[in-house]
Amino acid sequence: MDWNLLITQLLNGLQLGLLLFLLASGLTLIFGIMDFINLSHGSFYMIGAYFCGTVVAKTGSFLLGILLGLVGVFVVGALVEWFIARKLYRADHLDHVLVTFGLILIFDTLVHIIWGASGMAIPLPDSLNGQVSIGSLVLPSYRLLIIGCGLLVAGLLYVLVVRTRLGMLIRAGASNRTMVEALGVNINRLFLIVFALGATMAGFAGMLIAPITEASIGMGNDIIIIAFVVVIVGGIGSVKGAFYAAMILGLIDTLSRSYLDLLLNLVMPVTYAETAAPALSAMLVYILMAAVLAFRPQGLFPPAGVK
Amino acid sequence: MLTKTIRATLIASAIFATGFAQAASVKIGFITTLTTPAAVIGEDMKNSVELAMEHIGGKMGNLDVELIMEDDGFKPDVGKQKTDKLVKQDDVDFVVGYIWSHVLLASAKSVLDADKFLISANAGPSQMAGERCHKNFFSTSWQNDQTPMALGEHLNQKGVKSIYVMAPNYAAGKDMVRGVESTFKGKILGKDMTKWGADAQLDFSAELAKAKASGAEGIFVFYPGKAGGAFIKQYQQAGLQGQMDLYSVFTVDSIALPKLQAAGLSGVLGSRNTQEWSPDILNAANQRFVGDYLKKYGKYPSFYGAQSYDAIMLIKSAVEKVGGNLKDKDALRAALKAADFDSVRGRYSYGNNHMPIQNFYLREVVADDQGRWTTKIVSTVLTNHQDPYASQCKM
Repeated sequence: MDWNLLITQLLNGLQLGLLLFLLASGLTLIFGIMDFINLSHGSFYMIGAYFCGTVVAKTGSFLLGILLGLVGVFVVGALVEWFIARKLYRADHLDHVLVTFGLILIFDTLVHIIWGASGMAIPLPDSLNGQVSIGSLVLPSYRLLIIGCGLLVAGLLYVLVVRTRLGMLIRAGASNRTMVEALGVNINRLFLIVFALGATMAGFAGMLIAPITEASIGMGNDIIIIAFVVVIVGGIGSVKGAFYAAMILGLIDTLSRSYLDLLLNLVMPVTYAETAAPALSAMLVYILMAAVLAFRPQGLFPPAGVK
Repeated sequence: MLTKTIRATLIASAIFATGFAQAASVKIGFITTLTTPAAVIGEDMKNSVELAMEHIGGKMGNLDVELIMEDDGFKPDVGKQKTDKLVKQDDVDFVVGYIWSHVLLASAKSVLDADKFLISANAGPSQMAGERCHKNFFSTSWQNDQTPMALGEHLNQKGVKSIYVMAPNYAAGKDMVRGVESTFKGKILGKDMTKWGADAQLDFSAELAKAKASGAEGIFVFYPGKAGGAFIKQYQQAGLQGQMDLYSVFTVDSIALPKLQAAGLSGVLGSRNTQEWSPDILNAANQRFVGDYLKKYGKYPSFYGAQSYDAIMLIKSAVEKVGGNLKDKDALRAALKAADFDSVRGRYSYGNNHMPIQNFYLREVVADDQGRWTTKIVSTVLTNHQDPYASQCKM
């Protein structure tokens, strides 16, 4: 057993899980509190990456790119809530899906018009392009930064949801929206904040991943499906559930990509194992979702009061 | 009364005129990827086809060329739909293009059953070269296995003992891996086939960690389009540069290089790959193509573009050879097979399966005199090479 490899892969899984969490936490809040299915949540992920990339290209500062990018995505998220989502909360889920699918196409095309088809590379400062050695472990420093940022945001979100008045309203909204409204809470403002905050976290995830892959059209659409899986496995509306589910899915995905071919090799010839492993590892997260839906349809960690 | 007659005559003549104009044109349907991140490849092909149309003045012999572009959305089912549309609705004479092997495999039957000509400007799946070869199918690119075979040969010449292999899990990825395995004489210490398609895997952290732990001397990859740039960034961020040499096919090209340069990833300079074409091949056709492309679009064309440009020129040569008589399919086919045109890669010939028999070169990534990153030919690895599936083709 190569322990260094195992630790590296666990950290890789953690990194993927945290990115998924950033996306899924907003999605689960919007879904759970407003009962709004936002397929275009992945567009904020893409927009975040493009905003950040544009600022980095103009100023050369990655940090400034992140900060201005966050502000930009917050504004876009607020505008989408104000002009589009707000009108749809009372509508049917099918209407949500249709409108937000349309939004995906609009955002993708806007990005195509503004930035072109070729995608955008985001250069990192040299200090982040290198590696960090811990004992005999050598890890890419930028991956560690992603893990650090992800944990930080998760921590801040925990404090926000569990310790503040806004968080109390969010939790109350996820458990029983009608009651919160009946108590005279300004629900419009709460929805606006939650929506824009969710968009900002998705944008942040996009900014973190873009220097590794790149900013490209439709990048959010690839990952939003997994984010929905996270929401369902974790329990709709539960930030805690989103966190644990994202960690589980991140680890399953990474570890199956690393070790499944070796495992399958024990029971079948190497040529079959080589073909079956990638197919099976791509399926595993969906198998988990199917199992959760079959045995615990409310999710692993549903918000309080949801049965 | 009189005006009515005149009007009727005018309408009738208009109908006849359009009917006549239709007969007097060459209709080419071009399928590539114009949406999804892979649109960056499609754009290069489209640019090159448009440049070719300018160079030929929109005419082949006396016939006007009518070009219809379609987007396959990086999906086999959409590619087939668009192919059906080109064949049935637009009734084109030639269907050209196809970046992706799985899209081509899904679409080929529609074109060939309708007795039209199919010209692949990129995808070269083993099936189309072997058992599914067809009299009306031609390629202006290569069979998938060939380029990695050339790379394997280069590894042997260099004395590389062991490599780790990574490629996407689809038709072409499998061909590429088979290609390098067939010629490379050293050990393959590990292999990863990653998820591909519109939602392709772009984060290779787990695979790179495995590659590093395998202790292989070099790493062989096939990641076309934007995945290539992503892979190379992560390769460098993982600190593999200098530990494991990077050998690639269809990964480091004019599409990836400007972005790698923008991101300052100088690790790719000096890395080597194999290809049947390079911007610096010295012949009049290539110099005109690359020169005008640089002038018009401000960047280097890629091999996708070169092969698309060639496809238009190949059709032109055949149409002119048969004097514009597109009805005579046999003559047209023979004219295509002759490949009697100045390809930008230099002259090549067709084998029995209508795959090019051509040279493969070792290319190195360098900065040109203006500092732009591009590729330069180092040596010829395979000369007049024919693909290994030709013998399975009963033609």
